[in-house]
Amino acid sequence: MKTISFTLNGAPRKVTIEDDRMLLWVLRDDLGTTGPKYGCGRALCGSCTVLVNDESVRACMTRATSIDGKSIVTIEGLAAGDQLHPIQAAFVKHAGFQCGFCTPGMILGAYSLLKKTPKPTRAHIAQAMDRHLCRCGAHVRIVDAIEEAAAVMAGGAK
Amino acid sequence: MTPPTIVPGTDGTGAMDRREFLSLTGSGLFIAFTMHPRPTRPELPAAAQQRAATDFNAFLHIGADGRVTTYVGKIEMGQGAMTSFPQLVADELNVPLASVDIVLGDTDLCPFDMGTFGSLSVRQLGPVVRAAAAEARAVLVAMAAEKLQLPAASLEVKDGVVQSRTDASKRVSYGELTAGKRIERHLEGPPPLEPVSVMTIVGRTAARRDAIEKVTGKAKYAGDIVPAGALHARIVRPPAHGAVVTKSDTAAAEAMPGVRVVRAGDLVAVLHAHRDEADKALRAVKSTVTPSANILNERSIFAHLEQKAPAGNTVASGGQLAEGEKGAKTIVEQTYLKGYVAHAPLETHSAVAEMNDGKLTVWASTQTPFPLKTAIARAVNLAPEKVRVITPYVGGGFGGKSAGAQAIEAARLTMAAGVPVRVVWERDEEFFYDTFDPAAVIKIKAGLDGAGKIVLWDYTVIGAGERGAAQGYAVANHRTHVRGGWSGNTGELHPFGIGPWRAPGANANVFARESHIDLLAAKAGIDPLEFRLKNLTDVRMKGVLQAAAAKFGYTPKAGSSGRGYGIACGTDAGTWVASIAEVKVDKATGAIEVVRIACAQDMGLVVNPDGARQQMEGCLTMGLGYTLTEEVRFANGAVLDKNFGSYAIPRFSWVPKLDTVFVDNPDKPPQGGGEPAIITMGAVVANAVFDATGARLTQLPLTRARVMQGLAKVRRE
Ligand code: FES
Ligand code: FES
Repeated sequence: MKTISFTLNGAPRKVTIEDDRMLLWVLRDDLGTTGPKYGCGRALCGSCTVLVNDESVRACMTRATSIDGKSIVTIEGLAAGDQLHPIQAAFVKHAGFQCGFCTPGMILGAYSLLKKTPKPTRAHIAQAMDRHLCRCGAHVRIVDAIEEAAAVMAGGAK
Repeated sequence: MTPPTIVPGTDGTGAMDRREFLSLTGSGLFIAFTMHPRPTRPELPAAAQQRAATDFNAFLHIGADGRVTTYVGKIEMGQGAMTSFPQLVADELNVPLASVDIVLGDTDLCPFDMGTFGSLSVRQLGPVVRAAAAEARAVLVAMAAEKLQLPAASLEVKDGVVQSRTDASKRVSYGELTAGKRIERHLEGPPPLEPVSVMTIVGRTAARRDAIEKVTGKAKYAGDIVPAGALHARIVRPPAHGAVVTKSDTAAAEAMPGVRVVRAGDLVAVLHAHRDEADKALRAVKSTVTPSANILNERSIFAHLEQKAPAGNTVASGGQLAEGEKGAKTIVEQTYLKGYVAHAPLETHSAVAEMNDGKLTVWASTQTPFPLKTAIARAVNLAPEKVRVITPYVGGGFGGKSAGAQAIEAARLTMAAGVPVRVVWERDEEFFYDTFDPAAVIKIKAGLDGAGKIVLWDYTVIGAGERGAAQGYAVANHRTHVRGGWSGNTGELHPFGIGPWRAPGANANVFARESHIDLLAAKAGIDPLEFRLKNLTDVRMKGVLQAAAAKFGYTPKAGSSGRGYGIACGTDAGTWVASIAEVKVDKATGAIEVVRIACAQDMGLVVNPDGARQQMEGCLTMGLGYTLTEEVRFANGAVLDKNFGSYAIPRFSWVPKLDTVFVDNPDKPPQGGGEPAIITMGAVVANAVFDATGARLTQLPLTRARVMQGLAKVRRE
């Protein structure tokens, strides 16, 4: 057992857990943060993506103990109150989802992409998002949304 | 006033009784409706009765505050039912779209519904909901006429307010009219429906209602619902279909902190509050297994199907096949194959059950909440009214969430454990217990006369069933024979479960037919679009072909032209669809790149155009999977594909440029949109590969290895 402290969506948290616990299940089961989804458990689909110190990671294959002292942001923490993050707003505008199950991971994956590559081409986006799976086939809309979010963020809007 | 409504009672049909309903809706107007009086057929078992009789029900409720609630037994799995039903209601009632709420998939609140499949939500239930709203408006106008002391004909409704056409100060709102009143109506004759031309909401794009919840993480799926004290269950499973776990030694698991072991009949499960700790406990269970006797695999399955499928029956025929053979100058025979395909929704089957005061509530990811409720009641031995199924957002279904085994497991384990139990299938359980789109063998013998007319069509489909098998071309001598369907698994024909998969059976049938049509066109030396138009009399089919060609910028050229253009068309769920694709084939690796697809649909009235486009795009994108890579590998009863590492579904880098277009037909009733466009994908790509390379591929998926074999064959010939 180990006690770890971190911030979750800005709030300080402390949990005492077994050493081999996975971040996805600590977030979902211990902390009630259900935005990150279970899709594959093997880092293959991206549904469980969260930000650790502003980097996207796959929570299903991340040891929870590794986040000690770090800052975790899940999809629940991306908007500033009622003010959607530009990526979220663009997903709404372009309907970048159908069932929505992949969406939290897609948005945080896009966040990570735009942090590294603020002005990606459509080909860049497709390449960078290729390890995020969407079974509903919302891909075209997701690329549209990320393109628009990039433009909005580059313009310093919102 | 019409006679009081007959609300379906609690006769095991999944509907609630009237008292219960009234107590739920409180004061206010509600309209209950059925398309026609429910026929009773005492000779049928209860289950069949409820299927035959009650799938047209829905409810509306108008509150004192003027807000309208629509209760629909459908579910939202991304297809947009949540958005399109309120459009229909708002338009008929003449209220703002924003004042309409919707409750979906709750068996205590919504009227019986058979399930969300077959692209039927808007097609079948849409007219019923429209009719209900139209009747509600008529009732409210009649009430307003009494209140305002004006003839009903002199009144109009604007934004939920009934007012005099000549003096807008004489007005009363729906909310004022319904306050404290409760009126029940039964639809007898057809209500006066708004003509489409005056509709202001239907036919225009409406913003998705689920958007904000889905982008902020607030959207709840079944696995996100956690009743107090709920435990995760991991269930001991056999390693293969046909294998039997004869003994489970759970001592080591039981010794782990926080773990409970629960046995319920044949279910042995380890329970823990944390999923990953339940996983660990499951790994500690030692099982003794009798192996499966099944020896089939994804290669031997086709001969097995041919041998073991039922004799079947002829579903369509005309003329004389012998005449056709006589009249044919060229006869072309070919066998087409397609493997098993998984649904693989990103959300695995999930459910949680809770027992409270003798009532079992189950939150489930399901496409069929009402049949599931009946199945759960039977499994746990409760009266149907003691079971409630609630369907939160469903993370993709595609037909695969029609069964609901996980919810029955959660219910049984909850009853056995005495605490709420959550069952969220692991991805390998999802692959193992999936009801796959069945493997299929299709044999076609077709004949051409000297003028490029098809004069013979002899078609046999084994495994895939009837949907999409009808050939639709104007052929004098034809026969369509169907051996075995996609539902059930009679006689252990398949080594595992099979079931409906987005446009069930049609993907196999349309692949075979439209490939064969292409083959005939090439034999005749005629451009494949011209060849189709020449052999079709169906005006709407010609319409979608021409619309797709215009969108694509197609110019005729007989195949194979080297351009990599492919065409395919068909009908599904009442909708006509045609696609034209352009592909590039890497002759060194066999890799197919789909560059662009233009797809045209004639689906009658399009309720929510952007929603319909999303579905078309989803179909074309998802369809890349069964076309290019998806086929389930299995051996000795074990499913070898266990996760997305080996089972490749479409990714961003595969997705072509997609152009969608509607053939406008707003006066025709709305048709299905969730499935049609996917049926063309196999053939449109295979035909494009032929056009690019001259290689005719006859087995789906069009893997690199199969492309290389096809290219080698072209070189030899
Ligand atoms: S659940 Fe973590 S990547 Fe799929
Ligand atoms: S929207 Fe359903 S998986 Fe992407």
